[in-house]
Amino acid sequence: MTEIVIQLAYLFAAFLFITALRALGRPDSARRGMQLAALGMAVAVAATLFHARIVSYEWIAVGAAVGAVAGYPLGMWVPMTAMPQRIALSHAFGALAATLVGVGEYANGFLSGATLARTTVAALGLEVLFGGVTVTGSLIAFGKLQGILPGRPLIFRGQNALNIVLLAVSCCCLVWVIVYPSHVQVFSAMVTLAVLVGVLFVLPVGGADMPVVVSLLNSYAGLAAVATGFAIDNNILIIVGALDGLSGFILAIAMSKAMNRSFTNVLFGAFGSADTNMAVTAAAGGEMTPTTVEDAALRLAYAERVIMVPGYGLAVSQAQHQMRELGDLIEKRGGDVRYAIHPVAGRMPGHMNVLLAEAGVPYDKLIDMDEINERFVETDVAVVVGANDVINPAARTNPASPIFGMPILQVDDAKSVLVLKRGKGRGFSGVENDLFVDPKTSMLFGDARQSLLELGLQVKEA
Amino acid sequence: MLTTTIIQLFVFMLAAFVGVQTINRIPPLLHTPLMAATNAISGISLVASLVLAGGGEGLLATVLGATAVGCAMANVVGGFLITDRMLSMFKRTKTAVVDKAEDDTSSAVKS
Repeated sequence: MTEIVIQLAYLFAAFLFITALRALGRPDSARRGMQLAALGMAVAVAATLFHARIVSYEWIAVGAAVGAVAGYPLGMWVPMTAMPQRIALSHAFGALAATLVGVGEYANGFLSGATLARTTVAALGLEVLFGGVTVTGSLIAFGKLQGILPGRPLIFRGQNALNIVLLAVSCCCLVWVIVYPSHVQVFSAMVTLAVLVGVLFVLPVGGADMPVVVSLLNSYAGLAAVATGFAIDNNILIIVGALDGLSGFILAIAMSKAMNRSFTNVLFGAFGSADTNMAVTAAAGGEMTPTTVEDAALRLAYAERVIMVPGYGLAVSQAQHQMRELGDLIEKRGGDVRYAIHPVAGRMPGHMNVLLAEAGVPYDKLIDMDEINERFVETDVAVVVGANDVINPAARTNPASPIFGMPILQVDDAKSVLVLKRGKGRGFSGVENDLFVDPKTSMLFGDARQSLLELGLQVKEA
Repeated sequence: MLTTTIIQLFVFMLAAFVGVQTINRIPPLLHTPLMAATNAISGISLVASLVLAGGGEGLLATVLGATAVGCAMANVVGGFLITDRMLSMFKRTKTAVVDKAEDDTSSAVKS
């Protein structure tokens, strides 16, 4: 009887979760949808507490209390600029939970002396494989995004070969424990290998490739949950895991498209992408044209159409509020201001949208790449802040360029371009940017936040 | 045993199709909230951790389970809170705003 009630509660929760994801299709219904999902979660968890296998609640209470205390700051205190590393960290938590459950269930079956069914061991094996890779992979990604580890790719000779061998060996271990479920050493070896593979796969990834990696880790965390569902006969875990896994997978594909990488490149190549680090000089040499705050502000003040183009540099200098203030001031003077969002600008899918939404930019002014590209032609000033590769015209014009073929924001169509840049360095891919030496481009060097602030002051007085 | 697994495979396949249909409709605007949301929802692995932690099946299983409960719980609480916080920031241009009650944040997380 209790079992039926529990299953019905799960069914109800699954319904609410899918409804929530549908509500996420539109910004005005998204929030209410997620509140329903939270209700679904509460119902599912409450029902589980009556599960027949649960005999004591002390340890549950301890774990839940610690988790809730740790979760609150992760939800309320983390700034929006730190969102990529925050998401990476929660992938690690989710995967760690799955891995620990996998190990625990296996230990249970092993210690109790009962023979473990092959299907169960197969599911538990997949669970710890995906889980283990995701735990350490996400922690490395977190370290890189947080700046604890160097963001540049860490590579050594034979890295790819080593990774493939390790992956192959861990798959062999999986087959082994399915055939001989009681070989606990092999199971332990598999967990160790998975954890190691996670570290080795993410170490060689550079900063700008993070959107793909964070999405893929999301996907793996979901697949670990699916495997948990199969192992303990729990449909809601299968459903939620499938949704989670697919969401990550779809995002990874969307990101790879935006970087002009193939499907296989997402799965395997993204991890070895350090090769793109070679420096290719631009076809056209030439000098950058520096400008002053006063000149730039004057142009902005009398521009009719302005498009702001934010990149990762905006997040680094935390200048989203200053960007919005400048935009507001231009609008107050009668100019039309839009914000152009490239799918891979920043370090995770949708990174720029969240930053600008936090600063108070209405979401109908945040325009996706395909839509805004038509508007650049009739734009008086395009203001580029901390973006580089996503606006490099070489992607369309120079077949020799490593980023050739990548869809870009066609900033070079605008009547004039103002680039805010910290220094004269290259972008992530190490490619020179023709846009910066274009005669209609003027460069304003300095910290983005400071520059935007001063521009705002000058526009106000103009 | 085998029939259960087969049924689970059906569930998995159908859920995957629903997932593709649903997630493809989500605009890039909301991709970060989507990631936070799937993270929060995947905290449902809490139900597996609860059973392991409360099962009284030896110290090892209990400790592993309790740790898993902690991790999953952190994702649930943190995940729903941060998704709500993010989504509350997405607003239309002022003229079109029908400002709904701001104070329903507290009802966002009940677990």
